[in-house]
Amino acid sequence: MHMADALVSPVVGGAMWAASAGLASYAAKQVQKNLDESKVPLMGVLGAFVFAAQMINFTIPGTGSSGHLGGGLLLAALLGPHAAFLTVVSILAVQALFFADGGLLALGCNIINMGLFPCYVAYPLLYAPLAGKQPSKARIFIAALTAAVAGLQLGAFGVVLQTVSSGVTSLPFSTFALLMQPIHLAIGLVEGLITATALAFIRREAPSLLRHQTGASRTVLLTMLVLALATGGLLSWTASTNPDGLEWSIAAASGEEELTAEGPVHTFFAELQEKLSFLPDYNFKPDPEQAQLTEAKPTAWPAVAPGTSVAGITGALITLLLAFGAGKALQHAAKH
Amino acid sequence: MRNIVTAWLDLHYLDDLARQASFFHRLHPAGKLVITLAFAVTAASFDKYEIAGLLPLFFYPLAVMALGRLPSSRLLQRLLLVSPVVLLVGLFNPLLDRTPHDVAGLFTIAGGWLSFLSLTLKLTLTTTAALLLIATTKLPAIGAALRQLGLPRALVVQLLLLHRYLFVLLEEVGRIAQACELRSAPGKGLPYGAWGSLLGQLLLRTVSRAERIYQAMRCRGFDGEIRLLMLRPMQARDYWHLLAWCGFFLLCRFVNLPHAFGHFLLEVL
Repeated sequence: MHMADALVSPVVGGAMWAASAGLASYAAKQVQKNLDESKVPLMGVLGAFVFAAQMINFTIPGTGSSGHLGGGLLLAALLGPHAAFLTVVSILAVQALFFADGGLLALGCNIINMGLFPCYVAYPLLYAPLAGKQPSKARIFIAALTAAVAGLQLGAFGVVLQTVSSGVTSLPFSTFALLMQPIHLAIGLVEGLITATALAFIRREAPSLLRHQTGASRTVLLTMLVLALATGGLLSWTASTNPDGLEWSIAAASGEEELTAEGPVHTFFAELQEKLSFLPDYNFKPDPEQAQLTEAKPTAWPAVAPGTSVAGITGALITLLLAFGAGKALQHAAKH
Repeated sequence: MRNIVTAWLDLHYLDDLARQASFFHRLHPAGKLVITLAFAVTAASFDKYEIAGLLPLFFYPLAVMALGRLPSSRLLQRLLLVSPVVLLVGLFNPLLDRTPHDVAGLFTIAGGWLSFLSLTLKLTLTTTAALLLIATTKLPAIGAALRQLGLPRALVVQLLLLHRYLFVLLEEVGRIAQACELRSAPGKGLPYGAWGSLLGQLLLRTVSRAERIYQAMRCRGFDGEIRLLMLRPMQARDYWHLLAWCGFFLLCRFVNLPHAFGHFLLEVL
């Protein structure tokens, strides 16, 4: 899921750098203030552990394929969100420098996608409340699976947003999102399963290593999450069926809804694109009969569309994250 | 398994390269870090269809390879390993972007092919630049430079500790993975039954290693504060070097050098 320098525009890369630098300095402050000095080498060695463990192939039962450990959630469960975030940052920096995974300009994007979401969203909002103070094996599994899937979905959506807003590739937002999200659903499940089995082992053999969870506000958080998901999922169905701003402006400027190019090469690619695009105009490709029906009638409103709902749910999660971030920042400002 | 061995070899190889004492190796790490970032920003800031304008930027990696006595073959090998994923995303460009583009007045080509080629060039440039930084600068020196540039101490200490123990942990994970591979059917990964115990055992070993390291640090007078390497201040040659490269990047960005050369040659001839 690493973003590469070649896919990022300087504006997007710079903005993500600024955001991740701010977060890293906040995390570093928290770590310096709260972390016991004996944990300093633990963070370093656990970072190396995750780095090395990412290279083990885990065979997925019932399939021929294999998965890998991401590690952000496992680190958060062992070290807490702040120390885990710093550890992920250091892992990504070493990957960018030594293994050319990602790149220096895209490092900020990767920190947001693979550090912020698992450590500051999935862990405190999902893993910690679901696992509870004295987690049973079943609760560890449920919490790790849910948190890993949510973290990966947000991360993948981050990749889509950053790539599309950079404008280097021609992949439309909806096509790219519908390629990325389902793949990362599977990856998230595997990641959650690996994390859960490791944590269940630790719970049995060395329970003192598991971080003591504080689950005071879990009801509030869960209610908020369910509400946000419901709002995103349901309300996006009622989104306007009118063309978007760009289509509208092209239509206004040229008198045509879409600009077209002539010539045999273009006709060939136009046909190819028509075949490839399973999501023309932000929705699943309709079957021909249904398409005729839709053309005959004015578009129904609200249009129930699963494609839009995916974007809606993910958008809701992002908003929740922003709200959470703003709350934390205000809390921090109030203390000082 | 092969991944782990390759990673371990790569780490050692880059570490060995960084130990050389060429002109480029001796430059200030903070300067080199800023140059690498400026290079990545310059390369990424070109228009998605730009090809000719990107070419003069290749002068930078070639010059560093020459000045730093670095073998291009190994660096290119690494580049080939990372490129498939990015190129896969880029391959959609020729399919989706059909804007006609005129190439040097000779023929017309779909914009997607131009942007795909441009993406490949950018990928080559930025990836090589990051590898060149680490092949000419040791990580402790980069850590000290990051500290000088204002990064939080906790983050820099974490980066340096991670790098130090990566060698040890990769060796250990490599041994475990090899033992597991020898006992299971060929070509298969780790079976589900062993996921928790293998990762968990490794984690327990890691934690006990961290405890031993902490004890050793305490025995050597660790008081909660990690002293980082102090760097010499930037000297005149470091500033000149920084200015020269940044100036060159700006020149490449704002003047299309290949076009300018072409016009100049045509006029002279």
